[in-house]
Amino acid sequence: MLKKILKILEDDARATPERIATMLGTSEDEVTAIIKKAEAEGKILKYKTLINWDKVNDEHVWALIEVQVSPQRDTGYDAIAEKIYRFPQARSVYLMSGTYDLAVLVMGKSMHEIADFVGQKLSPIEGVRAASTHFIMRRYKEDGEIMNGKEEIKRQPVIL
Amino acid sequence: MKQDKEEKDNNIVSQRASRISPSGIRKFFDLLGSIEGVISLGVGEPDYTTPWHIREAAIYSIENGFTMYTSNSGIPELRQELSRYIQKRYELEYDWKTELLITVGVSEALDLAMRAVIDPGDEVIMSDPCYVAYEPSVILSGGVPVKVPTSEENAFELDARDIEAKITNKTKAILMGYPSNPTGAVMPWEKLVKIADVACRHNLLMIVDEIYSHLVYGIEHTCMAALPGMKECTVLLSGFSKSYAMTGWRIGYAAANKEIIAAMTKIHQYTIMCAPTMAQIAAIEALKSGEDSVTEMVEDYNHRRLVMVKGLRNIGLSCFEPKGAFYAFPSIKSTGMKSEEFAERLLIEEKVAVVPGTAFGKCGEGYIRCCYATSLKEIEEALERMKWFVERHRKA
Ligand SMILES: Cc1ncc(COP(=O)(O)O)c(C=O)c1O
Repeated sequence: MLKKILKILEDDARATPERIATMLGTSEDEVTAIIKKAEAEGKILKYKTLINWDKVNDEHVWALIEVQVSPQRDTGYDAIAEKIYRFPQARSVYLMSGTYDLAVLVMGKSMHEIADFVGQKLSPIEGVRAASTHFIMRRYKEDGEIMNGKEEIKRQPVIL
Repeated sequence: MKQDKEEKDNNIVSQRASRISPSGIRKFFDLLGSIEGVISLGVGEPDYTTPWHIREAAIYSIENGFTMYTSNSGIPELRQELSRYIQKRYELEYDWKTELLITVGVSEALDLAMRAVIDPGDEVIMSDPCYVAYEPSVILSGGVPVKVPTSEENAFELDARDIEAKITNKTKAILMGYPSNPTGAVMPWEKLVKIADVACRHNLLMIVDEIYSHLVYGIEHTCMAALPGMKECTVLLSGFSKSYAMTGWRIGYAAANKEIIAAMTKIHQYTIMCAPTMAQIAAIEALKSGEDSVTEMVEDYNHRRLVMVKGLRNIGLSCFEPKGAFYAFPSIKSTGMKSEEFAERLLIEEKVAVVPGTAFGKCGEGYIRCCYATSLKEIEEALERMKWFVERHRKA
């Protein structure tokens, strides 16, 4: 039941317990209790909205930074990752397999701001060996949603 | 049927063609076209577009020049894939060379099956209400449709005794479509077994339209042909339209014994040649890797089903629990209106399109068909509008 509820909420954070209960053929009380518990256990972190900022004339700039690090004794990658993700500019931080170690998604008001962040904050962190910055030029799809021009339903009135 | 006198005198239109009426649903959509802001619970097709991997396979085939006729029976790879799939799903063996035929949807398969087995005057038993094409398909092949009433009290299931009571020495076949359009009823295994028994004892052919077989909720679909001893006397019709959201591709199939498939293939050969090539290639992809998409859609339909049924009941309409397809079939008897009147006034007053139960037979009187293959948002809005409507018109 928990997974089913989470799937519905992941797709629509505004689904009410009442509606979820109907969709799953269970009681509102049960749904509310399960959600409360999931929130308490940190399984549900937050309810957010997916916004297409490009349509809001917002001038934010995004970059993906590939970071190579030297893992440290005892803490491995974790300590360095923490030093990076503490910065609010770092929106997502992942440990990667392959040619680099950490992928950091950074948001800033301008390219300069991001360059400053990389040059002054990120690169100087002890253990960071190299950082290469890739600016994001356009978003086509995010979290499974196509940003522009969602396919509309082209159903015709037919006889059947 | 009403008919222009002049037309009849001139006999421009054959008697056979004049004996079938235009679909009761059609009339509705003419009206619908002229009104804006309508929420339609009327169209019986998925609101999903075909899963991308299936569309992509077809696009790739076009790029690669698969633009010609295929074998009359269908691309061998598709028939092999289909044979494997039926084997895996029902433990039922069909020889892909002689016992399968790829058709232009179940629509064509149904027509072929009738033309292949019906002689003039042969009777075909079917449920009332039932899918709109069943009766015409029998009439067009010269047969006589014989209706067996089903009711909400019996969950719109066909009863073996009722069928047996209608059997005469002219009866040739029983035509069944479960999960049902329009009622959403699913035949439980025990009841199917009894019908199979009747068919065997009276030497009747079972023609089964199992196009909604994937769309069942909390119950297993039983395939008629998979019941012991039934393969030889069953014509199994199914397709891709509903389960894979592929209505526009026009692709389906028939599985039956050699003799029947050979007869159907002859007619198909001269009237259709072959099903669309791109659609056949898309169907191969659907069979090979469409299962996850189906599971996801079924889960989604189930959510909507529960919202729809609960909503209808909250409005005060009694609604039997549909276990399959994507239709709810609530009773509107409490409003004192006839089905057609209800549907027409609901469309005009509240801009919600539903289909009157009478479009599917006499026993549909007092019911409307609401298709829940539409977004939750629309379903909820439609229910809200229906609530106003019903409250306004409830019998004092
Ligand atoms: C019960 C039933 N059979 C057959 C069909 C037609 O299916 P196809 O698209 O495969 O021709 C439909 C479509 O609505 C249906 O509801």
